[in-house]
Amino acid sequence: MWAILSILVENKPGILFKVTHLFRARNFNIDSISVGTTENPDYSKMTITTYGDEKQIDQIVKQLDKMIDTVKVEHLDEHKTVFRELSIFKIKLSNANDSMEINKLANAYGGKVHDVKKDSIMVELTATPDQIKAFEELAKPFGILDVARTGVAALQRSGV
Amino acid sequence: MNKMETMTGAKALMTAMEKEGVKQVFGLPGGANLPMYDEFARCDIRHILVRHEQSAAHMADGFGRVSRKPGVCFATSGPGATNILTGIATAQADSAPMIAVTGQVPVNMIGKDAFQESDIIGMANPVVKYAFQPRTASEVPEVVKKGFFIAESGRPGPVLIDIPKDVQINEEQMTFPDEFKIQGYHPWADPDIVNVEKAIDMLLHAEKPIILAGGGTIISSAFAELQAIAETLMLPVVTTFKGKGAFPETHPLSLGPIGMHGHAEANKMMAEADCVLAIGTRFSDRSVGTFEAFEKRLKIIHMDVDPAEIGKNQTTQIAVIGDVRVNLRVMVKLLLQKAIKKTDETPWLKHVKETKSYWKENLKIHPGEMGAAKILRKLRELLPKESIITTEVGQHQMWASLFYDVIQPGTFFSSTGLGTMGWGFPAAIGAKVAKPDVPVVDIAGDGSFSMTENSLATAVLEDIPVIVFLLNNSTLGMVAQWQRTFYGRRMIGVDQQSCPDYVKLAESYGAQGIRAQSMDELDKAIKTALSSNVATVIDIPIDPEEDVLPFVAPGTSLSDMILPS
Repeated sequence: MWAILSILVENKPGILFKVTHLFRARNFNIDSISVGTTENPDYSKMTITTYGDEKQIDQIVKQLDKMIDTVKVEHLDEHKTVFRELSIFKIKLSNANDSMEINKLANAYGGKVHDVKKDSIMVELTATPDQIKAFEELAKPFGILDVARTGVAALQRSGV
Repeated sequence: MNKMETMTGAKALMTAMEKEGVKQVFGLPGGANLPMYDEFARCDIRHILVRHEQSAAHMADGFGRVSRKPGVCFATSGPGATNILTGIATAQADSAPMIAVTGQVPVNMIGKDAFQESDIIGMANPVVKYAFQPRTASEVPEVVKKGFFIAESGRPGPVLIDIPKDVQINEEQMTFPDEFKIQGYHPWADPDIVNVEKAIDMLLHAEKPIILAGGGTIISSAFAELQAIAETLMLPVVTTFKGKGAFPETHPLSLGPIGMHGHAEANKMMAEADCVLAIGTRFSDRSVGTFEAFEKRLKIIHMDVDPAEIGKNQTTQIAVIGDVRVNLRVMVKLLLQKAIKKTDETPWLKHVKETKSYWKENLKIHPGEMGAAKILRKLRELLPKESIITTEVGQHQMWASLFYDVIQPGTFFSSTGLGTMGWGFPAAIGAKVAKPDVPVVDIAGDGSFSMTENSLATAVLEDIPVIVFLLNNSTLGMVAQWQRTFYGRRMIGVDQQSCPDYVKLAESYGAQGIRAQSMDELDKAIKTALSSNVATVIDIPIDPEEDVLPFVAPGTSLSDMILPS
């Protein structure tokens, strides 16, 4: 299963290394990762998405929780969480109509268009990984020249 | 909070360590830790000089396992720091409390590839419980306080404190805190009465229950509680190798260690059991064989201080998280309250006793006079029960598992997790420093002893009289056994014929060397060593072809033992 982990850590140098090393050393895999300071500059929040069965995810959470620099580790329920990833696609423009088609596609997915050139266009998309993947599939026939994706950022909804 | 005092970082380190009760450290000086070393001249902490930093860490490890207070080791920066990594990793693998203090290049030189600079924090992070690098002198007192707390609380482990040279030298106002907070560290849990009750119920309803005591039983000193539970519920007790000696091995309910080189009766009964009370163990592959086979048909009650161990290697039906001694005490109390007391008339216990008796009488041992079983039984016969044993890593270690019965719990220590050759001798020195009034014996093989034999200099110079009980087969015996068994007798890289004469080697260091080639000579040698006040190496030549058997081959289950033919 795909799991979203929210990890509150002390904002100290080297913490990211420790967390990512834990995944490597314990033979887990990171699907995506995003890190940023919280409203309290003493803490950072990492959002890591990973795959594993229930037992493996449980073990990852326990191992992360055991780390002395982690303040709180949560396995977020996908259905009770707002989670988004930012992606930027550079897409090839081959025909005169491509720009319009890509604009329509971007609009359909709530994306923004940037840097329209004669032979390429960039689309910024903030969405769930599934939606980004769907957009990617539809953009592929035009020719994706480059793509950059952040990791998932996630927050559990209130009152759940 | 104490009043502020002005002093250097190096002085603050010594003051903070004295406040933690440190009486001695093991180490080796170098350019980057000289300000700290200079403070040894002005404090009451004894410095014990080693010949290699790896040994300093092993000595601190041995001290920590015996005293259950962190042993402290010192190394300089760069190679000094990297040299102690093996010792740190060994302590981490066996949950031993340790503080490793390394010197570092000055703060403004970090990252400049300065002479003898190494990113020891980066290198050590995977093998420490925690690592600190104070960047100002005033941080030192709190770092030390936190370091000792982390090292010895919960599941113990090694803590690295890497101190840049300018931080050692700079003079700042210091406060030595009495209290501190580590937000993400919660080493204690309340007693888990609900799950302990469930555990009792499960044990009472099992047809073939057994106790598996691991190293955590020794770390938390839960000896009396374990014995009370075993005797009340009449449960046979097996241990992991690290748990060897958690339960008196001369007790009628004891079956000894399970695992790759476990006792035949222990492996057989563990494989037949339907419910196990597993105490303070991480279910190492060396202990349980293949994970899938072990948990098949077996209900597992797992008690451990480390929540991350629950479900890591084995599926657990009941988890009791927290200090095992605390929870075992709850179990004893509940058993008393419920007036539960079983007799030994169950078919299971009858079968256990018959199996134990059969293997005690029928396990074939080496026919020669100087076979491992006879040698180790002689050692057991002559050593006082409170003697402390350390071992190196190899065949001798496994023969010790099989043939040396630990009578007094908590007196047997080995590198079981990382399996570090060369651990036993320096660890014995550390153990002797922790408990100077009891005999301390390192059961060694020539391959392992060769790795840290220069610690003889420390033993002599620092007047620490330990005994090295050297089973000398002039070979890397366990590797040789595997090559004989699994690699068609292609013997590659195991011949140790060019090893020194260990009697002369000991003498050259100013220690005592005795060669024992018969049981009479061995008897005299052990007695001489015990009455001696100098470190002694007893060199015991043995048959290079003698195997350790029984043996559970890697990747197989406990029921698939290779037995002596």
